[in-house]
Amino acid sequence: MTEQTTGSPTRNHDWNSEQFRKNLARRRRGEIVLRGFGLAAIGLAFLMLAILLWTLISGGAQAFRQTHVAIEVPISAELVDPANPADGNYRTVMRDAMQTTFPDADPSELRALAGILSNAAQFVVRDRVVDDPSLIGQTVRINVPTSDPYDQLNKGNVDIDSDEALRRLDDTDIAAFKQLQDEGRITLPINWALLTNADSRFPELAGLKGAIIGSAYALLVCFLISFPLGIGAAIYLEEFAPKNKLSDVIEVNINNLAAVPSVVFGLLALAVFLGWFGMPRSAPFVGGLTLSLMTLPTIIIATRAALKAVPPSIREAALGVGASKQQVVFGHVLPLAMPGILTGTIIGLAQALGETAPLLLIGMNAFVTAAPSSPFDAATALPTQIFIWADSPERGFVARTSAAILVLLGFLVMMNAIAIYLRSRFERRW
Amino acid sequence: MYDMNRVENAVGQDEIKISARNVQVWYGETHAIKDVDVDILDKTVTAFIGPSGCGKSTFLRCINRMNDSIPSARIEGEIRLDGEDIYDRSIDPVQLRARVGMVFQKPNPFPKSIYDNVSYGPRIHGLARNRAELDEIVERSLRDAALWNEVKDRLQEPGTGLSGGQQQRLCIARAIATSPEMLLMDEPCSALDPIATGQVEELIDHLRQDFSVVIVTHSMQQAARVSQKTAFFHLGSLVEYGETDEIFTKPQDPRTESYISGRIG
Repeated sequence: MTEQTTGSPTRNHDWNSEQFRKNLARRRRGEIVLRGFGLAAIGLAFLMLAILLWTLISGGAQAFRQTHVAIEVPISAELVDPANPADGNYRTVMRDAMQTTFPDADPSELRALAGILSNAAQFVVRDRVVDDPSLIGQTVRINVPTSDPYDQLNKGNVDIDSDEALRRLDDTDIAAFKQLQDEGRITLPINWALLTNADSRFPELAGLKGAIIGSAYALLVCFLISFPLGIGAAIYLEEFAPKNKLSDVIEVNINNLAAVPSVVFGLLALAVFLGWFGMPRSAPFVGGLTLSLMTLPTIIIATRAALKAVPPSIREAALGVGASKQQVVFGHVLPLAMPGILTGTIIGLAQALGETAPLLLIGMNAFVTAAPSSPFDAATALPTQIFIWADSPERGFVARTSAAILVLLGFLVMMNAIAIYLRSRFERRW
Repeated sequence: MYDMNRVENAVGQDEIKISARNVQVWYGETHAIKDVDVDILDKTVTAFIGPSGCGKSTFLRCINRMNDSIPSARIEGEIRLDGEDIYDRSIDPVQLRARVGMVFQKPNPFPKSIYDNVSYGPRIHGLARNRAELDEIVERSLRDAALWNEVKDRLQEPGTGLSGGQQQRLCIARAIATSPEMLLMDEPCSALDPIATGQVEELIDHLRQDFSVVIVTHSMQQAARVSQKTAFFHLGSLVEYGETDEIFTKPQDPRTESYISGRIG
């Protein structure tokens, strides 16, 4: 505060006096400082975002490609029955394949070479044959994923000059791999398996399909429950409910529910849905129910805010020509509030998509190697899959964790983009 | 346009449309309307004047039960429309409002097409049997509201895209589309410029051939221009009610005189 001169305030101010100029300078300084703080805050936020994305992309980018090795696979009709190609003796097929590919290698070398292939290479071959049974009786060149240590080697993550005893691959392994590279058998294609495979013990085969479908089912269930219920509750509370103590209590509690930690909803779901109702463990349906507990208050609050924002003049106009309360709400208020409601709903669903804790409690962090075919099958969700992979010791899962986070972020950005689009598309002026 | 055939400022008919007796309105603890007795005539423009907060809008909203939507409002007394108590249990406010139309202070067209704005009332009340009848109602209402020539080529464009004065005439068209017996206007020109005000005033004068019109206004000139009867409200009471000419030239009550000469209000 400025020093006030004593005596009665005068009416003749000298706006050029020292005191006024100082006062003005101080106000300007205050303004500049405030603006500086704002810019600094935004700059810091952007910096953090940049660091986050850079870490994820630099760590996860490698997981979007996977080293493959091409081998010649003789698929004989003796080992694989053309009538039932899924049940063939692929273990032997793979041994034959190694022999055919490396005719000069002795048995011990062959065993070492077999280590280059993923343990699941035989399933890759099996799937190829099941898809195309005409391959039986031929020798085909098939690209199979390499095992994780060789994948890391190919991506330059192994220091070949370090002490041989401390490496997973000794110099002979590396030499064998180098030879394959020289023969042109090693490729590094885009890793579509990350999106088309379900989870696996082997990082080179692990994918997000199960988690993506699980999340989609859970969100669908969550939307189908929380959207109509939330809008219904909001319309009743905002438009029809009498304003009294009871409605105040309900309102306060809905606001509180939106702030309850999600793990508490997980415990509730565990006790009620799994405990009392005996619903299946790890099912996206139960996950959706649990998530809708959290989304519901968000949708109710967003819907009420959107309904409140509709100008009263529109309600009066409709009432004035003799519309009933219900006609006013459904014919005029609700359509005008729709952009706000949809935005709130999508934001709520995006939150639900990233929610981990409640899903852990209902067992959606199970190890499931098949994508769910219905909302009642055991499955994981994207955040819980990230959680599982982050816990896995294999080197290949480190990059896959980052890649999975990027996929999750991609979905979140997509949902927010839809929200922005809907808002601008349906926004009306009055 | 209507200036040419402006009807003489005299009361044409003496048939009573609204008869209010001993009307009291409370908003919670506030006694907003005290002991109002008034008879509003058919095919007449009646102006409610008075200082801000005197209860003229509140009383207007009692006539089509718009106060019902305010939870704290409480209404006592008796208001009869053609001898029928409008606060009787057998009266549905929804239907009453089709018979007693209302035009608000701020033009408030629905954010829909011009056509939909006008056809909304007839549609929800089932006044048209088919599309052709609805078209006819829309055209007639827009003609009566002196808007038809300006909008006939763009009926499907949004009503919110019109100018302020056009919007207000659109709201009048919407209100008269249900063929009401009365039209209540709550300061219909206060958000309009002088030219649009002039158009709406001409329209009001024209409308009284078919309706009983009640208009709340802050402008005494407007009351003098458009109305045949004037009611002066002060602090929730109806102070004086009579022929507009007499209210403005020979007011009986000293409060009326103070108000119209600009000393209170």
